[in-house]
Amino acid sequence: MSAYLIALRAIVLREALRFVHQRERFVAALVRPLVWLLVFAAGFRAALGLSIIAPYQTYITYETYIVPGLCGMILLFNGMQSSLSLVYDRETGSMRLLLTAPLPRGWLLFCKLLGSTMISVLQVYTFLLIAAFFGIDMEPLGYLAALPALMIAGLMLGTLGLALSSFIKQLENFAGVMNFVIFPMFFLSSALYPLWKMAESSSLLRDICAFNPFTHAVELIRFALYQQFNGWALFWTLLATLVFMSLALWGYDPARGLTRRKG
Amino acid sequence: MNTGLSVTSVSYRYGAKQALDDVSFDVAPGQFAALLGPNGAGKSTLFSLLTRLFTTRDGTIAIAGFDMARSPRQALQKMGVVFQSPTLDLDLTIRQNLGYFAALHGLSGRDARKRIDRALDRLQILDRAGEKARNLNGGHRRRTEIARALIHDPSVLLLDEATVGLDAAARQSITDHVHRLCSEENLTVLWATHLTDEVFDTDQLVVLHEGKVLARGLCADLRGDSPLKDYFLRATGVPA
Repeated sequence: MSAYLIALRAIVLREALRFVHQRERFVAALVRPLVWLLVFAAGFRAALGLSIIAPYQTYITYETYIVPGLCGMILLFNGMQSSLSLVYDRETGSMRLLLTAPLPRGWLLFCKLLGSTMISVLQVYTFLLIAAFFGIDMEPLGYLAALPALMIAGLMLGTLGLALSSFIKQLENFAGVMNFVIFPMFFLSSALYPLWKMAESSSLLRDICAFNPFTHAVELIRFALYQQFNGWALFWTLLATLVFMSLALWGYDPARGLTRRKG
Repeated sequence: MNTGLSVTSVSYRYGAKQALDDVSFDVAPGQFAALLGPNGAGKSTLFSLLTRLFTTRDGTIAIAGFDMARSPRQALQKMGVVFQSPTLDLDLTIRQNLGYFAALHGLSGRDARKRIDRALDRLQILDRAGEKARNLNGGHRRRTEIARALIHDPSVLLLDEATVGLDAAARQSITDHVHRLCSEENLTVLWATHLTDEVFDTDQLVVLHEGKVLARGLCADLRGDSPLKDYFLRATGVPA
């Protein structure tokens, strides 16, 4: 096996072991979307009327509508969480260990990203299983078709987290950035309401939502869950991944420096 | 070809602040060199450049003959590093920690296991291989990190304030051990410290202060008749 694959396997395995040791984090990450699904959505079901839009072929309940958005929410929060752990790793030193390995830095960062995305996707499937238990289910093939969409969306949000972590020099600054990234990204998207509904309130907000890559990640997942392909969403999600990854590689470029100033 | 460590005219700035200014020194193969400097002298910056955490266009660094700018992967392959901040995953066993590092260097399977056992044996902690890193005391954690840095048989070993936070006995044990590694296995060692009692008379000494090399040479020659501590305080002008 080549050195690249040996490193990939080790980094993914380490992420998995970390996950096993942090089961509380796993449960906490599931509570958030479940509260939205079972409490928030139930409350808003009566208030929000949804017309038939693709990929749906019939009227759907609000709970059904927000499931893909909540899958995106898990990926979004996990992407940010893993970037938080990258900032922490950098301060404690284990990031140094990774970055001094004799492999291209881009590959090492990709391995780390892939590992954390796989864990996130596992969480999404656990959420979908619980949602199915409450009667919000899809066709079995839909779950399978959603896998590549979830991986791509997860990688996109992971690269965003990676890019952010390279520009955040201290852990203390992270909370503020989370508020400026997670909440606008989530609420200015099609996760909780379709874009036509947003347009009724403000066409400017609708345009912002349409520009938001998170909207496209959610739509990619939504269509895939119903075994349909949304090429435009895929294009936007891949483009955003490329932009964020380039930013991350630039941020982690050794010529820019990485660690904080020390003696 | 110099197969040790070579630093030539290296400078680095953090914005307006000059962290390193025209730093040059060589460490020959099998030599133990102590990089002695007070806090803020630029040791950690130099280590970040030596390990390619960041790079500079001013000056060159060569590890075992490989230029860090032109052949970074070969240079990193020949280098073992013990960072100042702990880098062990406390939830993993010692063997798992070392296995992860071995994989980052492209080693796996039986070869990796053999190397891990040998490295742990060399640092006399093989019997603790199955224990979680969390259960080890500070001295043993440091030993584990040194063992880890040796798995891939580097020819240059860098240690950045490796004894920080350890008690006197653990400090002495680790200092002695690394000196022994150097003489018995022809390992080139750069040992950054601000503690003069970790430097032996037979060591090469590089005194770094405010980003500049103040002096370099054999420790015994530099200190003359004075204790090293007095010489160091005099040279750096730092009040005792």
